[in-house]
Amino acid sequence: MSTAIPANIDDILALLSNSDYIADRSLATTLFLSLKMGKPLFLEGEAGVGKTEIAKVLSSALNRRLVRLQCYEGLDVASAVYEWNYSRQMIEIRLSEAAGSVDKENLSENVFSKEFLIERPLMQALKSDGAGSPVLLIDELDRTDEPFEAFLLEVLSDFQITIPEIGTVKAEKPPIVIITSNRTREIHDALKRRCLYHWVDYPSAERELEIVTTKLPGIDKELSAQLVAFVQKLRDEDLFKLPGVAETLDWADALTQLDKVTLDSEAIDNTLGTLLKYQDDIAKIHGSEAAQILEQVKAELAEAS
Amino acid sequence: MVQAPIEGRIAENIMYFARLVRSVGLAVGPGKVLDAIKAVELVGIGSQDDLYWVLFSLFVNRYDQRELFDQAFHIFWRNPRIMERMMGAMLPTVRIDQDDLQEMSRRLSEAMASGNENSKPNQDSEQIEFDASFTFSDNEVLQDKDFEDMSAKEIAQAKKAIEQLRLPIMNVSTRRFQRSGTKRQVDMRTTLRAALRSPDSIPLRFKKPKLRHPPLVMLCDISGSMSQYSRMFLHFMHAITNDRDRTHCFVFGTRLTNISRHLKHRDIDLSLDKSSGAVKDWSGGTRIGSCLKEFNNFWSRRVLAQGAVCILITDGLDREEAKGLEKEMDRLSKSTRRLIWLNPLLRYEGFEPKAKGIKAILPYVDDFKTVHNLQSLMDLSEVLSQAVEEIHYPLSA
Repeated sequence: MSTAIPANIDDILALLSNSDYIADRSLATTLFLSLKMGKPLFLEGEAGVGKTEIAKVLSSALNRRLVRLQCYEGLDVASAVYEWNYSRQMIEIRLSEAAGSVDKENLSENVFSKEFLIERPLMQALKSDGAGSPVLLIDELDRTDEPFEAFLLEVLSDFQITIPEIGTVKAEKPPIVIITSNRTREIHDALKRRCLYHWVDYPSAERELEIVTTKLPGIDKELSAQLVAFVQKLRDEDLFKLPGVAETLDWADALTQLDKVTLDSEAIDNTLGTLLKYQDDIAKIHGSEAAQILEQVKAELAEAS
Repeated sequence: MVQAPIEGRIAENIMYFARLVRSVGLAVGPGKVLDAIKAVELVGIGSQDDLYWVLFSLFVNRYDQRELFDQAFHIFWRNPRIMERMMGAMLPTVRIDQDDLQEMSRRLSEAMASGNENSKPNQDSEQIEFDASFTFSDNEVLQDKDFEDMSAKEIAQAKKAIEQLRLPIMNVSTRRFQRSGTKRQVDMRTTLRAALRSPDSIPLRFKKPKLRHPPLVMLCDISGSMSQYSRMFLHFMHAITNDRDRTHCFVFGTRLTNISRHLKHRDIDLSLDKSSGAVKDWSGGTRIGSCLKEFNNFWSRRVLAQGAVCILITDGLDREEAKGLEKEMDRLSKSTRRLIWLNPLLRYEGFEPKAKGIKAILPYVDDFKTVHNLQSLMDLSEVLSQAVEEIHYPLSA
């Protein structure tokens, strides 16, 4: 059975944290509105701040089916919406020829029927099952090109798809739509206008600590405090790519695997690759810079406690 | 539309707030206002924070609008008599802008009168009338004349010529397909449709990859040493922006400014007016290294992502002694399909790359061209339309 849509913002926050997703109130507000108003939620933010995760969590928390459309360059209607099953169509034509009953009208109606249709994510998302309408995740929309974006306009405003041979398919209940973008290019305003916008920022220190302890319950308390403070400091540094929450979690996991209970310069240098993904950035932080940040972190934590 | 009197006030206030954010440039239409009123009813007027995020999700749709929205929100909702105060606060700035403009145009009209070619773009409209008498041979002479040596009249003519300039489009194959006569790949969808039309066979239909030009990013130096040329390049960038899609233009001197949106206006005067308004560092010093760094850190991932061609227009003379420039050039060249450097200094015979800035840039560019007259701008088209095979592909970011 599907879980009912929460009635207010606090319920949304509770719902998300039950599924181990620690959200800001701002995100919960936007999410609440998106669910209530039936508008798509457009999430932008740096890589690794938990944009995709929100859709997954939402689908499991609300007990809805998750339909995921991963975007890429050259994504077209055939792989996003529907495709005809050509081999089956050909066999059907051949069979009816062999049977000697080639009635053109009949055959074309027969071959272009739902039976021969392969449904792709957008088509699947229009269908509700027992649990209600699904969660449709359109991931990394910025990776596809403008023509596809234009196509999405129709789908997202009316939740219907037109197939020339069959007719228009309309969703009984509109799906919950979540669109993410890494901002490798600007998405057209016409599409954004139909959505609720939210910028997913890096979390504050307390929230990040909460995320780390929720996701890795076994982690040492001192270690988690240190590593979160370290990552927060790193985000103030002049780097090409700042570490996201996903990197923090990876790093925390790596340090736990190495049986560390406290941060030291050597451990940082050895595991920096889980945190920073550009050689320039690693070279900059590696060694003395890392040691310096670590010292600051330790001093601040000692002062706080 | 709202019954309760308290909510009536809120609806009214949201409407005023929408007008305020619209006036600072956010695209908030009446539809959004209605949505916002509905959304506030849904969420309830519990806390100011909730109200903030409700309005944020509806009124903001780009990352760089956050700051504007934030300021507008705090000014508007923390102070009930804000409209009067806003008006008071806004007026002086408007006046300053106009003073600035008048100052600028007076200085420029003086310059124009004395034959100096520091012309201001929005005065072209008068100059263009000369063009009626602009003969073909004039055009020829003009093509080889250095921008630096041109009179005001010639400058106007050159600008007119640039307006006509079109870059032939270099195409790269995309992952989309189009119908084709050549027998490379069978297009099943059209084949099956055709099969139903023909009586006893299945006629094969074919497809081939669609071609498309890659995005183009232009970075133009507008510092003092480039001042003879920068106006001309603005015209050039405007012409290109209006000719093809996926073009991004940046200008830099001591800091980097994105003028892509401003240049999208069809009308050249309006568009140059808006760009000059946005740029604060005309004809000042140059900090190529730090400007490129800003570009690399904040823009490259957004505008260079789909295999863009990048044109860098600068003389390479750097106030900061090319500090950090090499590293940034390295990063830039790694993230572009092709990096073309246009340098007006190259026209001097026996030009040697002695300045530190030039030495730092040179190893990282794929092409190095001069741009000091119309002919050289036209030659650019040759470079840009070269076959794809000659071009190196960056590792995808």
